[in-house]
Amino acid sequence: MKKRFALTDLDCAACAAKMEDAIKKIDGVNDAAVSFMAQKLTLDAEDARFDAILDEVVRVCHKVEPDCVINR
Amino acid sequence: MSKKQKKVLFRILAAAVLLIAAHFLPLTGLALALCYLVPYGIIGWDVLWRAVRNIAGGQVFDENFLMSVATVGAFGTGEYAEAVFVMLFYQVGELFQDYAVGKSRKSIASLMDIRPDTANVEREGVITEEDPQDVAVGETVVIKPGERVPLDGVVTEGNSVLDTAALTGEAVPRDVGPGDAILSGCVNLRGVLRVKVTKPAEESTVSKILEMVENAGERKSRSESFITRFARYYTPGVVLAATLLFLLPTLALAVMPVPPVFLAGTVWNDWLNRALVFLVISCPCALVISVPLSFFGGIGGASRSGILVKGGNYLEALAETKTVVFDKTGTLTKGVFSVSAVHPEEGYTKEQVLEWAALAEQFSDHPIAGSLRAACAAQMDPSRAKDVEEISGHGVCASIDGHRICVGNARMMERESASWISCELPGTIVHVTADGFYAGHIVISDQVKPDAKAAIADLKASGVEKTVMLTGDAQAVAAAVAAELGVDEFHAELLPADKVELTERLLTAGNGKLAFVGDGINDAPVLTRADIGVAMGAMGSDAAIEAADIVLMDDRPGKLATAMRISRKTLRIVRQNIVFALGVKALVLVLGALGLAGMWAAVFADVGVSVLAVLNAMRAMRVEPSPGAEA
Repeated sequence: MKKRFALTDLDCAACAAKMEDAIKKIDGVNDAAVSFMAQKLTLDAEDARFDAILDEVVRVCHKVEPDCVINR
Repeated sequence: MSKKQKKVLFRILAAAVLLIAAHFLPLTGLALALCYLVPYGIIGWDVLWRAVRNIAGGQVFDENFLMSVATVGAFGTGEYAEAVFVMLFYQVGELFQDYAVGKSRKSIASLMDIRPDTANVEREGVITEEDPQDVAVGETVVIKPGERVPLDGVVTEGNSVLDTAALTGEAVPRDVGPGDAILSGCVNLRGVLRVKVTKPAEESTVSKILEMVENAGERKSRSESFITRFARYYTPGVVLAATLLFLLPTLALAVMPVPPVFLAGTVWNDWLNRALVFLVISCPCALVISVPLSFFGGIGGASRSGILVKGGNYLEALAETKTVVFDKTGTLTKGVFSVSAVHPEEGYTKEQVLEWAALAEQFSDHPIAGSLRAACAAQMDPSRAKDVEEISGHGVCASIDGHRICVGNARMMERESASWISCELPGTIVHVTADGFYAGHIVISDQVKPDAKAAIADLKASGVEKTVMLTGDAQAVAAAVAAELGVDEFHAELLPADKVELTERLLTAGNGKLAFVGDGINDAPVLTRADIGVAMGAMGSDAAIEAADIVLMDDRPGKLATAMRISRKTLRIVRQNIVFALGVKALVLVLGALGLAGMWAAVFADVGVSVLAVLNAMRAMRVEPSPGAEA
């Protein structure tokens, strides 16, 4: 399943790249893209565990860039 | 300026005033340090806090950490004013960068601001203003002159002229009246229109276009991947260098009785300062931001000209295109065929042959079928044709009034083993058989698009080495068109599968990238097979938008040359930014190691460069019209 989420307060391009790397490493994530320009996260993950994976994504992102909020 | 930015600005001003005040205080030692600590705290508390917090989260080497170490270090070595000033300068730079990026993001986004926020819905005779999201399919919206069409629909009442510039980039007005389908994003220029909505907001043309352009960032260009990969090694690398730059000379000074020449006259303090300069330069943001912003700008500028690019990677590939393969019909030619002659065999009449052909082809969406139907004056009864069977690349067979009628090209005639004759007229020949006997043929000809020739020349001028035309049409017709347009190579009488095979052969043969340009209707396999699939005349064709990598909203081949120009310009800007940012950083690193560049230069190399790179990136969104566009 592929879903897009708007991001608030994503302030730096380097952080966006770091977030993307961290999200891609999560088990069950097929692909992910964080666009600093569009302030958007595109997440492609396993259908069955999507919500659990999304929770993990939020946790990981909070670690990388605590100011940035994922609007689910 | 946002609220957040205003707050930072206020802190900058307060810290600046206190810094100046501290400078004039007649204090020394600890008291002076404490005096400088106040403005430092005001300007830098958030950076310090974020640094601590991020380290706790396992994130070292980010900007906050580097700036904190650098300024705390400067404080430690007694450079109080310098420490406050560097933090101040850093915050000014960050603010400016934030502002510039926000501004450019907005101006690029406004290029694409073609989606109206409200729709006037007529419900039980009352017109209310609603969010287009809340309008259901089948409801009627009223569009006044000057308003943008909010949702795709069909005109039920009223006549007007629509400006399609937002979708195609060309201000060509289009007349509409009852029964015409209209697309969201167009501007109503004249009369009031009543429109029955045919698609919900999220499936409307304007939403699809916006979504596509916004999501273009997902497909990263090679330069973007390169720079993020580079940044990953750059920062730790420079931090390591900074550590060595401090430790080695300090150790040497401490251990060696007679220090080497390059250490002469320095103390460990100097080396600490130089190391701190390194730390400031090691921030990667200037590099990381400029590349995607340039691509975003290029894609935004292109979309305003009616060229939709689905990703930075495609914009990048377009600049390296050496071979362009065109589908002929609908791409280089108008695809509006008209019947120019009917040659019946003995025993059949012109009307009969034409009518059979039109009836057999009545369900086909091939352009030829349309012209056959258009040439038939009499109102036809569609139920006369039964068992219609379409044979790909050959034609159509059907049972009409009890006769088995086959309509198609020469291949169809061979399949039916009819003794057909060729025609001396140029054009597409449609043969007709009745019950296995040859009944005659119909000549249909197509016209070359007015700007096709200029487009081919334009592409050649902008570095394309080879242009190829593919068509399912007859050899003679293809040869005539190829000669008129000046394409290098053409292949005629191809089945859809042949087109894929030929494209594959060209893919392996040529150097550089291969772009295939088609109308997106029946060439989806080739569009996906080519390095870059370009669909044109795609206004309102979902299938084409889906299959292609680049979509030309109107049907002018000249737009491809414009797209190539945009891609070249964008890449030029990207390269400038990479070279500029890396160059300045490298220069300041060298100067810093030699003790010639101070913290100020270092902060400039970080934030100053990123602001300049952002400003440069903004150039990518301005698009000059192509010279061939006037044709």
